[in-house]
Amino acid sequence: MTTGNRPLSPHLQVYKLPLAGKMSITHRMTGIIMSLGLVFFTYWIVAAAYGPEAFATAQALMTSWFGMIIVFGWTACLFYHLVNGIRHLRWDTVRGLEKEDLVASGRVTIGLAVILTVAFWIFAAL
Amino acid sequence: MKMQSYLGQARSLGSTKNGVHHWWHQRLTAIALVPLALWFVFSLIGLADADYAAYKDWLGDHGNVVFLCLFIFTMFYHAVLGLQVVIEDYVSCEAKKVFLLVFIKLIAALMGFASITAVLRVAFGG
Repeated sequence: MTTGNRPLSPHLQVYKLPLAGKMSITHRMTGIIMSLGLVFFTYWIVAAAYGPEAFATAQALMTSWFGMIIVFGWTACLFYHLVNGIRHLRWDTVRGLEKEDLVASGRVTIGLAVILTVAFWIFAAL
Repeated sequence: MKMQSYLGQARSLGSTKNGVHHWWHQRLTAIALVPLALWFVFSLIGLADADYAAYKDWLGDHGNVVFLCLFIFTMFYHAVLGLQVVIEDYVSCEAKKVFLLVFIKLIAALMGFASITAVLRVAFGG
């Protein structure tokens, strides 16, 4: 299909995503990753219903190096999704939709997500 | 005079107000999840090295049972609403789309009920 000079709607192959666009797709990806994490969450919480041994196995899996990487990734996704979600709720009140505000709130969101994730793990290690 | 019933004129023109319901519930669950998710991740720090007895003891506090069950219900509901939008946006094959939409709802109901009943069993079981 030849498109000539006809205008194209935004498309990943032709359109360089601005910060807001990258953050939007990241919001969805963190949501999908956390949804997949619900399978492990369910296993962990249901294991307890099967008694002390099953719960001990689930706990050992969660606190293993592999489990800790997953839990770390899950918390990073959670804090990003949480802060960016609040950013979305603010937009729902028709505030902060100007371009400059969009970029500023985007940077604040990324900064807060990193700070919260690091602070959480420092707090957890104490 | 149009030879068309009102229903015939309105059909396939769009909104039947179902979108508002979805949008509103996504926001309500998002707002509820801000405190609930923060409460859960910080509870997780205390639960990370808990054995079965310690976990059961933690569920001995009824507030923890209430918040954990609320967190599970709200999280699965929010996850389904979010995944639904992603599927509707990116899966163009109608058969695959319907299959995935039904699949995530059934699997979320299964995992959600399994999780909540598991919490109740540990909390109230002998």
